[in-house]
Amino acid sequence: MKGYPRVGLLLTGAATLLAASACAPIEPWVKPYERERLADPVMVMDPDPVSSSYMDHVYEVREGARGATGGAGGGCGCN
Amino acid sequence: MSKTINSLRALLLAALASVPALAVAPQGPAPLFRLTATDGTQVSLEQFKGQVVMINFWATWCGPCRQEMPLLDQLYAKYKPMGFTLLGVNVEPDSTLASGFLQKTPVTFPILFDTKSEVSKLYQVAGMPSTAIVDRKGNLRWVHKGYKPGDENEYLNQIRALVRE
Amino acid sequence: MGRASPVAICTLLPLLGVAAHAAVLPEDRADLMYHRYSGGGITVQGPSILVRKSIGESLSATANYYVDAISSASVDVVVSGASRYSEKREQKSLGLDYLRGKSMWSAFYVESAENDYNASTWSLGVSQDMFGDLTTVSLGYSQGRDRIGDSTDPLFGDEIERRNYRVGVTQVLTRNALVSLNFETVTEQGYLQNPYRSMRYLNVTDTYTLAPEVFPRTRTSNAASARLKHYLPWRAAAEVHYRFYGDTWGIQAHTAGVEYTHPLEGGRWTLTGSWRYYRQNSADFFSDLFPFEDAQNFMARDKETSALASHTLGFGAAYELPLEFAPWLKRGTANLHVSRMMIDYGQFRDLRDLPPGTVPAGSEPFYGLNANVIQFFLSFWF
Repeated sequence: MKGYPRVGLLLTGAATLLAASACAPIEPWVKPYERERLADPVMVMDPDPVSSSYMDHVYEVREGARGATGGAGGGCGCN
Repeated sequence: MSKTINSLRALLLAALASVPALAVAPQGPAPLFRLTATDGTQVSLEQFKGQVVMINFWATWCGPCRQEMPLLDQLYAKYKPMGFTLLGVNVEPDSTLASGFLQKTPVTFPILFDTKSEVSKLYQVAGMPSTAIVDRKGNLRWVHKGYKPGDENEYLNQIRALVRE
Repeated sequence: MGRASPVAICTLLPLLGVAAHAAVLPEDRADLMYHRYSGGGITVQGPSILVRKSIGESLSATANYYVDAISSASVDVVVSGASRYSEKREQKSLGLDYLRGKSMWSAFYVESAENDYNASTWSLGVSQDMFGDLTTVSLGYSQGRDRIGDSTDPLFGDEIERRNYRVGVTQVLTRNALVSLNFETVTEQGYLQNPYRSMRYLNVTDTYTLAPEVFPRTRTSNAASARLKHYLPWRAAAEVHYRFYGDTWGIQAHTAGVEYTHPLEGGRWTLTGSWRYYRQNSADFFSDLFPFEDAQNFMARDKETSALASHTLGFGAAYELPLEFAPWLKRGTANLHVSRMMIDYGQFRDLRDLPPGTVPAGSEPFYGLNANVIQFFLSFWF
């Protein structure tokens, strides 16, 4: 990790955000009952994991760059 | 590296500590409302005074909501004779989606359209689905957020207790 | 291993099995895919089978079996004087997601086997919904080891150790828009080159000689990406994404793209169109032609370490299968994705059909390749 303190910094930032959410709930500006468009199947960030992971592999094999392709969240927000 | 591990630890602890909060404190008189039902009639909460009323906020785009619909219908059929009613409040701006869903999955309890989200706001709906129970005196007694299989047993316990009051 | 395939031959499909949502277990589904890549003298094809099944109310397991059947007479194979070869890579993975309140904990193991290359990686991750479920934060760590051999040299054997650190945030911006920010650091240590590849250096007679490449034994990379998805009022979605990449070899890369998703009236068909652009500069120690035999400590002529730019156009169609006869299935789709990749190398020259002496070394044309990628898959939700 020498020379790459940024990861630590980012993680600390994420931890702070999380800790903040645990003590002070923030009023959501998109209400749970207003997520009909976000819950629409066309808005899924990664609808076909079998296909996107294959394409990521195809690109990674032919290019110098790699990483940061993932994502989680969005959608219905149910439960 | 140790910095990274410390941050991870902090994050994991925070994740464990965060507890979902209830939106409406289940006490005091339930907010009154009037909405249009599937058959075009106006339905208000007031007209059910003296009954135990379960209000279920749902949407067709919400998987757990669709999942609990048939179970809610069973609850309704079983407890209706004991002074219980169930109001399904559809929260979508476009009510035709709900009508389409109900054709495939018909229910016997009244479905009301909250196309302008007024009642959702009034009850500060904090998750989909959300379920509230109002007692015979018109007081809000219980609020539940979300649905996962097994939650219907909790609904049952609440209804059983309240219809006896 | 990939005599044909470049630096990252061994990279495992990294995110298969990582859950897409916190707070809700992913849906049970099965995907059966046939994939085929053909271009640059290489054909790679095979199946991929992915199954996800929940166990009780808070656990979901995934398993994937994936095969690359490779037939290659790539520019590297031809220039090295070898003939077309065939080989097979098999990859198996297992994942487990555990839902606890608003957090999803994930563990994942993947291994890949070829006759001269074996790799295994395990990953741990957690993602958490917060701020009224408008924000999902995820963290991940992976550790992997590759064991590298050389089918022409039984005495050769080496390893790579790899660690990945990932942080991601997905944020609901409005009722119509979502953004996902991701950051990943990868550190690698070991034999980071391809034993079947060569560099070349200039002779006094204006011809060249092929000689072994020498790569550094460490590499650390950082990548940061943003992906914005927006709902469109006629029920469609548009997505834009950008990624910046930099590593300790001096490679910097930009990736940008757009995607449009459009369901057709009637609800059976969904069409997607996409365009992706990628550009990188060369590694510090890359040269197409070194001035003499031991010109530098590190010498690479892998085309993936050359400056390059590529465009990829993609088209996809998904068809909702009528499954009334199979009431145990919730949904099924048949999908066809076709992509065309067009890569131009800015420094890497094409030495095929040009035996040493026919043109002065270093004046050969630049290499480029076009590839077609086809994926056909059936998805079932149960």
